[in-house]
Amino acid sequence: MLENYLPVVVFIFLGVAFGVGLTLIGWLLGPSKPNEEKNSQFECGFPAFEDSRMHFNVRYYLVAILFILFDLEVAFVFPWAVVQSGLGWFGFVVISVFLFLLVVGFIFEWKKGALEWE
Amino acid sequence: MMSLWQSFVELIHELIPWLDGGIATVIIILIKGIALVLPLIIMMAYMTYAERKVIGYMQLRIGPNRVGPIGLLQPFADVIKMMFKEIIFPTKANIYLFLLAPILAFVPAVAIWVVIPLGEGFYITNLDVSLLYVLAIGSVGVYGIIIAGWASNSKYPLLGALRSTALLVSYEIVIGFVIVTVVMVAGSVNLNEIVEGQKGGAWNWYFIPLFPMMIVFWISALTETNRAPFDVVEGESEIVGGTHVEYSGMCFALFFMAEYINMIMMAALAVLLFFGGWHSPFEGLPYLESLFEFVPDLVWLLVKMSFFLFLYLWIRATFPRFRYDQIMRLCWKVFLPLTIIWIFVVALMTQLAIGPWF
Repeated sequence: MLENYLPVVVFIFLGVAFGVGLTLIGWLLGPSKPNEEKNSQFECGFPAFEDSRMHFNVRYYLVAILFILFDLEVAFVFPWAVVQSGLGWFGFVVISVFLFLLVVGFIFEWKKGALEWE
Repeated sequence: MMSLWQSFVELIHELIPWLDGGIATVIIILIKGIALVLPLIIMMAYMTYAERKVIGYMQLRIGPNRVGPIGLLQPFADVIKMMFKEIIFPTKANIYLFLLAPILAFVPAVAIWVVIPLGEGFYITNLDVSLLYVLAIGSVGVYGIIIAGWASNSKYPLLGALRSTALLVSYEIVIGFVIVTVVMVAGSVNLNEIVEGQKGGAWNWYFIPLFPMMIVFWISALTETNRAPFDVVEGESEIVGGTHVEYSGMCFALFFMAEYINMIMMAALAVLLFFGGWHSPFEGLPYLESLFEFVPDLVWLLVKMSFFLFLYLWIRATFPRFRYDQIMRLCWKVFLPLTIIWIFVVALMTQLAIGPWF
């Protein structure tokens, strides 16, 4: 059972090896002639005059919170989805209640304007 | 195909009998992995060639035609050029995270392929929850983008990273719900069993009962892989190059490869979930079935995948870029309600035994 997961570990190792290897090849073969102008951050042709770790819109944060909620929901629905045809109406009612609670929250945040981007 | 694998595995065991079982197993998996990843990288390289060629012809140009016959060696020229380019480290950047980000984007793109079945019994490993594994590893790619944006310590990468993270996580929910409906119909989270459930002709494929979900899945796949018309992540006219602004040389190439390998993965997933995987579309038809019997299942899978890969290019050449708020609205206000409603539709159809598929 668990030995099925050994290839996963090997593949992650393989991905890291490919990634590090390609970066190393680029580092070894490419030139390295840094100068101040080249290494400065990109800013449409003039020197940067502000810290780049700036404020950003709070909506991105909101989307992240909503993502956690709904992704957890998906994770909870998966086991039900596998066996739903054998559960009958009992399973249907239970998952309806579960999804209904989340849909109410979803309608609430929609009405509150959390999904508006202007 | 599988018998070839078996004899290959036996050959390895004969060649290195002095190794004990554990190490030999790891070496066999490594060789299998390289035998999968190298063709994948070549496929990805020729995807870039196909993209330039197809879009060229769609815009009444010829596309690359200088390197080799009809430009067939162009991808190799690109790779060699990329290798000899300087990797620039911006002074203000956090060097360790800056180097970690492309690798973090590349690893999940490769690691997903361990569970993708390419034919009947033709896979590296058969996890019981392979679809969940695809979802889980697929989300790790977001870290690469957000770390790249943060570590560059520059304005455009940060903005691009924020945008793309919000976009990717939003569409991940939609893809999750779409996959739930597929799992409901198939009754399994295992990719092999889902494909086996679609055996016996094109009318058994899941895209017929789940047609709206197939459309939603494909549009979400375009967004997940940052493809036009949803490529606001690197919208050149707005935020220059998004997260890749400060990257150059092979570091940029890793992001690029990760994106294209993910595209191929999404095409494979669409075929496995909705279009019968490696099954021939002529199964069960009296005359055509025997006519096309000689075609191996891997070829059927690749033919179907090629159609979806072509669809990426076709869509890119056809549609203009969407605005960011339009894409977010499409996700949260159209796709999410639609998928939740469709879960109920499928559940009701199962309980009332409507339709020939359940």
